[in-house]
Amino acid sequence: MVHVSATPVLALRGVSKRFGAVQALTDVELEVHAGEVVALVGDNGAGKSTLVKTIAGVHPIDDGVIEWDGKPVSINRPHDAQNLGIATVYQDLALCDNIDVVGNLYLGREVRKRGVLDEVEMERRSRELLDTLSIRIPSVRIPIASLSGGQRQTVAIARSMLGEPKLVILDEPTAALGVEQTAQVLDLVERLRERGHAVILISHNMADVKAVADKVAVLRLGRNNGVFEVKSTSQEEIISAITGATDNAVTRRAARTNGEIKK
Amino acid sequence: MSSIDKTSTPPEDHVVENPEAAAAAVTAVDPRLLVREQGLAGYISEFKRKMKAGDLGSIPVVIGLAIIWIIFQSLNSNFLTAGNLSDISVAMVGTGMIAVGIVFVLLLGEIDLSVGSVSGVAGASFAVLNVTNGMSEWLAFVLAILTGTAAGAIHGFFFAKIGVPAFAVTLAGLLFWNGFMLKILGDNGTINLDSDGLVAKLTSYYFSDVAAAYGLAIAATALFFLSSFYGNRRREAAGVPSRPLSDTILRTVLLAIVSFAVAMVYNSYKGLPLAVVLFIAVLLLTDFVLRRTAYGRKVFALGGSVEASRRAGINVEMIRISVFAISGTFAAIGGLFIASKIASANQGAGAGDLLMNAIAAAVIGGTSLFGGRGRTWNALLGVLVIVSIQYGLALEGIASPVQYMITGGVLLATVVIDAVTRKTQKTAGRA
Repeated sequence: MVHVSATPVLALRGVSKRFGAVQALTDVELEVHAGEVVALVGDNGAGKSTLVKTIAGVHPIDDGVIEWDGKPVSINRPHDAQNLGIATVYQDLALCDNIDVVGNLYLGREVRKRGVLDEVEMERRSRELLDTLSIRIPSVRIPIASLSGGQRQTVAIARSMLGEPKLVILDEPTAALGVEQTAQVLDLVERLRERGHAVILISHNMADVKAVADKVAVLRLGRNNGVFEVKSTSQEEIISAITGATDNAVTRRAARTNGEIKK
Repeated sequence: MSSIDKTSTPPEDHVVENPEAAAAAVTAVDPRLLVREQGLAGYISEFKRKMKAGDLGSIPVVIGLAIIWIIFQSLNSNFLTAGNLSDISVAMVGTGMIAVGIVFVLLLGEIDLSVGSVSGVAGASFAVLNVTNGMSEWLAFVLAILTGTAAGAIHGFFFAKIGVPAFAVTLAGLLFWNGFMLKILGDNGTINLDSDGLVAKLTSYYFSDVAAAYGLAIAATALFFLSSFYGNRRREAAGVPSRPLSDTILRTVLLAIVSFAVAMVYNSYKGLPLAVVLFIAVLLLTDFVLRRTAYGRKVFALGGSVEASRRAGINVEMIRISVFAISGTFAAIGGLFIASKIASANQGAGAGDLLMNAIAAAVIGGTSLFGGRGRTWNALLGVLVIVSIQYGLALEGIASPVQYMITGGVLLATVVIDAVTRKTQKTAGRA
């Protein structure tokens, strides 16, 4: 395991969120350290996406505290999250098909020289970035439409790296990818960790989680259902936490005290 | 430096001596990379690949225009005379300016049906302010254009902020602004403009000195060569793929031939028309804005994916409002050119086939109806096709019903080409 700092980059303390009559999140706790990959797992409707959106500033939280580098912060808009250094790669990659790779990487933060787009500089930096992440695509000047699903995913992740974020949130990055492409994306996740980024990885795929994550945080029905060290936990234990087979006061208490000891 | 795309080749083989070796080196990394050979052979293979992928660019329009010209010339030998060609190019500017605005709106994947009426309002406002109320020409001119900007911004507001479909908003605008024009024109119905005034000069002034047209042709060619040459030098210095010099020279020669041919045609008639100079200036400016500025990139992004644009922090509403304001502005400018041609503002302005011709010009030129693809130069090619048909049929003495039918047929053919190329591009993975 990579060196982990004492203060978490991001910490959620008792975060709650409700939409009308639906209590989507209840007292959720989560900690992510620099150079650490935390997998966020749970069944459909467990609140993973909602939790990620509260961190990304899409849905402001109703109750609880979000701590950034140990200090409480308020994240009310996507902009706030970006300013803190949180980058989110959503499942629907949100790339423009008609624009080339360079254009997509720099969309919304174009490099300008005297008010004019500096295409040469953007292209040079794009190649540099893709090289450092060992991302291989045919050309940085072809439209996104020409790329395969895996290549689009890597472009989307590379795009999130441009702002030098401290925390990267990946929403099911390997869903709908082939074997080879999945491996490439997982490699990329490991490279992010090596570079000292904190990573939150949402995934349904236990193999992926076991392969790259350091910790697994399980959500069930909008509540914490345990945080596990990947190395010392079997796949069955995680799955039973997801499905609720061990959902009772004892395990919840165990998970909580376990979290406090680590703090 | 070679033109070979070396995205994934390691930095140590910077100097590529022969294309085969380079191709082999790239293939070793990923056999699917698009490798472009050097020289003429590379050109031809690249061209073939683009054709197969349905990336036709302006080629169908240029071929279509050539066919139209050949047909009309064979019917009437007066068609390709300097006088007729010069008249066509002046007559097209009004519709062409409106089509430039339409290109902006089409890039968003939206439509603006109000441009015809807005162009009529601009002509009428200028006439009322300048002729009826005695306001100075320049002030009236600027106010008339700003009327168009305001009208467009209002449409944009209802579309972007309230969420009414652009089709419906601008359809309402079509009616409203037509009524507005009739109202301000009053009972007289027609206001004649000063035939030596500013607006009349827009289409009646010619630079009769032969040096003007040739000078402009030389300047355009030199500017193009220098900007591509230095652009490529910068790319080489930064180590990103650049075009070979032969490529730049080929393009420069092509541009030189076209611009000198046009200059010769103008000089053997009345000289270089002011209207055409202004139209080219507008095309250069708008093309620059769309392809070289962050604003233009945002317009394209919105045409590609609204959601992606929003997440990239683009102010979607502001871009939408501004694009409709631009469309209204160019509609107003076009309206002033049209008023200039007849030296009056009348009740029929902006009605009839003007709206359809402006939209058709943008689409015929190659702007996609589905958003995200197109250039303002498309407006030039498209409007040239439409006005050529109008003039050719007029020379033959064929009445406007047939004219409408033929223009309709051409438009249908273009939209079919657009739809088919999109399909081909999808299967070739380039849509």
